[in-house]
Amino acid sequence: MEMGWRWDFAYEILPQMLWATLNTIIAAGVGYVIALVVGLFFLLGQRTPSKIINFINREIVEFIRSTPLLIQLFFVYFVLPQFGIKLSAWLCGMITIGLHFGTYLSEVYRGALEGVPKTQWEACRALNFSTVYTYRRIVLPQAFPIAIPGMGNYLVGIFKDTPLLSTIGVAELFHAATAVGGYNYRYLEPYTMVGIIFLILSVPAAMWVRKLETRVNVAQGKIKQ
Amino acid sequence: MSYFAFLAEHGTTLLLGTVTTIKVLVCSIILYVIISMIFGLMRLSKNPIIQGTATVYIEFFRGTSLLVQLFWAYYVLPFFGISLEAFTAGVAALGLNFGAYGAEIVRGGILAVPKGQWEAAHALNFSPVKRIKRIIIPQIFPIILPPAANLTVELLKATALVALVTVVDLTFEAKQINSITWLSAQCFGTALLIYYFMSRFALVPFLRWLEVLAAKKVGRGKV
Repeated sequence: MEMGWRWDFAYEILPQMLWATLNTIIAAGVGYVIALVVGLFFLLGQRTPSKIINFINREIVEFIRSTPLLIQLFFVYFVLPQFGIKLSAWLCGMITIGLHFGTYLSEVYRGALEGVPKTQWEACRALNFSTVYTYRRIVLPQAFPIAIPGMGNYLVGIFKDTPLLSTIGVAELFHAATAVGGYNYRYLEPYTMVGIIFLILSVPAAMWVRKLETRVNVAQGKIKQ
Repeated sequence: MSYFAFLAEHGTTLLLGTVTTIKVLVCSIILYVIISMIFGLMRLSKNPIIQGTATVYIEFFRGTSLLVQLFWAYYVLPFFGISLEAFTAGVAALGLNFGAYGAEIVRGGILAVPKGQWEAAHALNFSPVKRIKRIIIPQIFPIILPPAANLTVELLKATALVALVTVVDLTFEAKQINSITWLSAQCFGTALLIYYFMSRFALVPFLRWLEVLAAKKVGRGKV
């Protein structure tokens, strides 16, 4: 077997890798949208007046957050069929990523809501605004900018965790690299290319999130320009 | 097969896997703490080469996925004549990846110590070593420990990935038992619970204890 980097081989597998990258981006995007919605439900569970629901919600979030995503994937993928629920690898992956990162996003939402000064609530109460109106027009518009950096960070985070989906057979970038590598018995080029593609996509994204973070902090007067 | 029968038959195997997981965790914590300190300090260097090296390192390891780095260390490095054992490759990848995140925490912690502290230590004619050892470092710990604790909990979860490069840890054993018995709910459920207990009732309390200790040292803790 030839040692060292082979450009011809890298060039040959490039189209395949780029197609698989598209799958990775779709997986990250869909997983993220599910996580955004799931996060809202966990947030609701946290803010309902019922102490029992608060408690159950907190324990579920704590459990999901302190166990590895990899085993959660296996659990959903292997256990659900035993109860007669047959889902595709894609669907299992999306549900698990959505649940896992939903717990993190609920924390982002909570932090953002708590970032809105209490006096805003009191002012709305004094003006006799309804709760819905207060949320819609006063609190959420102020909370949203605070949540943006955290939300951006988890988008990048989900993107970087998509390779885990390959373990249950979702045909994303890492899966393609392993398949190509196994077929040709050359892992150097495929895995290196995966790394480079991830760098090209996630470093600018992370930089953009950091820039947003600074802008939000400046707008809130936390740091001076 | 009842759950207890399952535990009686496979409990020891899972526990042995847990021991490996703990070994991986401890080794990679040591490695990542050392790397964070070195690169965190390098990031603050005034020398552009040193600072640039640290920035490239941090961006590289934060920008690529941990799983990719793991597979690279285990399957690609042999192409360059470097064959690592699975355990070594796993710990190295975990340490390097989390070290990149940790370096940013260390950098932030050092920057968060008020400038007046440096100046006061200078004005009192403390030697550079004493300045760092007695004035700066004790103040850094209470700042960096909370984010470092979060990172360490993430690290415990990330150790599960080393199973994919054939390290026989808890995840690996759970997968193995699953492929023999097909009792997926039992074996993955037990693995999830073990990870949960390790994190919630061992690692997190320990890290909180460290935080309280560090805060007390600089007189900020509640007595």
